[in-house]
Amino acid sequence: MTAIYKREMRSYLTSPVGYVFLAVFYAISGYYFFATSLVGNTTDMSYVFSNLFSIVIFLVPMLTMRLFSEERRQKTEQALFTAPVRFTGIVMGKFLACLTMYLMGMGITLVYFLVLCAFRIPDAAVFFGNFLGLGLLGAALCAIGIFISSLTESQVIAAVGSLAIGLLLLFSNSFTPVVSNQLVSKLILNCSFYEHYLDFTRGLLNLADLTFFVSMTGLFLFLTVRHLERRRIS
Amino acid sequence: MLEVRNLSKHYGSKQALNQVSFSIGRGEAVGFLGMNGAGKSTTMNILTGYLSASDGDVLIDGVDILTDPLRAKTKIGYLPEQPPLYRDMTVQEYLSFVYDLKKAGKKAQARPRKEYLKGIMELTGIAGMENRIIRNLSKGYQQRVGLAQALVGDPEILILDEPTVGLDPAQIIEIRQLIRQLAQSRTVLLSSHILSEVQAVCGRIIILHQGRLVADGTTEELAGSLSDSRQIELEVEGDRRTIQENLKKIPQIVEVSHEEGNLWTVWLRDAQDSTDTAARRAIFRTMAQAGCVLLSMGRRRVSLEEVFLKLTSQPEPTDGDEPSRAEQDSHEKEEEGQNDDGNL
Repeated sequence: MTAIYKREMRSYLTSPVGYVFLAVFYAISGYYFFATSLVGNTTDMSYVFSNLFSIVIFLVPMLTMRLFSEERRQKTEQALFTAPVRFTGIVMGKFLACLTMYLMGMGITLVYFLVLCAFRIPDAAVFFGNFLGLGLLGAALCAIGIFISSLTESQVIAAVGSLAIGLLLLFSNSFTPVVSNQLVSKLILNCSFYEHYLDFTRGLLNLADLTFFVSMTGLFLFLTVRHLERRRIS
Repeated sequence: MLEVRNLSKHYGSKQALNQVSFSIGRGEAVGFLGMNGAGKSTTMNILTGYLSASDGDVLIDGVDILTDPLRAKTKIGYLPEQPPLYRDMTVQEYLSFVYDLKKAGKKAQARPRKEYLKGIMELTGIAGMENRIIRNLSKGYQQRVGLAQALVGDPEILILDEPTVGLDPAQIIEIRQLIRQLAQSRTVLLSSHILSEVQAVCGRIIILHQGRLVADGTTEELAGSLSDSRQIELEVEGDRRTIQENLKKIPQIVEVSHEEGNLWTVWLRDAQDSTDTAARRAIFRTMAQAGCVLLSMGRRRVSLEEVFLKLTSQPEPTDGDEPSRAEQDSHEKEEEGQNDDGNL
């Protein structure tokens, strides 16, 4: 697992992908920080986070798209899968590398927090609630992206696919008004990432939301492992 | 060392492998021969645990690849058809990654990583290339890096899938020499569709055709098993008609054919005793009496090419039929005195 983690990190940091991701992340979050917190003369960073929420859906597929599809296309997966490593180890190595990159991007908000501290100490609970929420959201998106990437040989399909799934999960609450069945409507609402994310932006640490994101991450990582195992058989 | 029992593999409705069984002893070098699509790569992918079989068992040194894959995989070094190289890494970085991946550092007699990798790079002839990016290496060198990758972790079995495909003749010879060198201390299973390659490196050959094992034996055994009509090649000086008439008088000979110049081939009657000494003696005497000079006489050797073509020219079995396995054991016929050319 560590070997794979190290290789993926190296690959992110020696290719443009990692830098483009970080640069775009920093640029956009910087703009929102400037436009909402600094110009608005407020220490409330919730606006920054709620805007970042929709940005990460577009950015995370950039990190995940090549993780498995490229291995499959270049046939390097044969080395991975014939080495004495478990599928779980391979998937976790890649997931953690991806998550590390994501956290490196997200970590910039800590800098903004410190900047605000220079003026006035912001509400730490709200900030860390937001921070945790964005982190968990990223982890879930990484897991989804990795799963989609394991399904296809094409990076483009992997990127577009995980983008589509991400959007669907994030905005599924907007479907609720058009669904008349109460049960289905409630189900969709409960699967909405946005719905679960909202509490974090208010500085609430809700166990249900926490469980939701952690289990989403776990579910998609599990599906990836199962899919890789399944591919050996077919 | 490596045992395969009744291996079958289906891809959807297509049967890629059908009841393949063989075993390979420690230190043997075995060649896997077959046309494209014969099932060579599929077999190798199953042996290495990349694919799983639809049916059958694979035992690596007594360890089942399905039930204990981690332990079985440490015993295997695999070079797939396309070497699994991360092209954006340098040779050193890549091998170091493989070293970590295979947990080679945790083995008991582990040497320090740098020294260990240096040893492997020297063995595979890529010393001095440590800091080159793999993408920029020639195909021959990429293949060597692929071999080096397979060697990391000191596996007892090396499985090489078409290791010389796509290389130029000079590179092919180099890689072959390298494999021959590696085969001295390891069990090697190598696949190829080039006969001379298998002949050059391996003592034993397994021929696959349309997913079935059609032959298994040493080159001599395979050639021997197929010389079903016994033939003798002659080189005789003298009048063609005299030679022909005199040869036909010999009772053991059923057919005489003139090839070119002084070369003749005669077919012998299938006799109860398996030796053809009497017939050869008769040919010698007859020729001498007829005043023709017998320059050479030898059993006609069936080349491996002929064996291969003969074994693989069978029609495709119709879908759903249980293919006969009669061919499979043809090599077991013991053929004695194969190589004693009867030169005079």
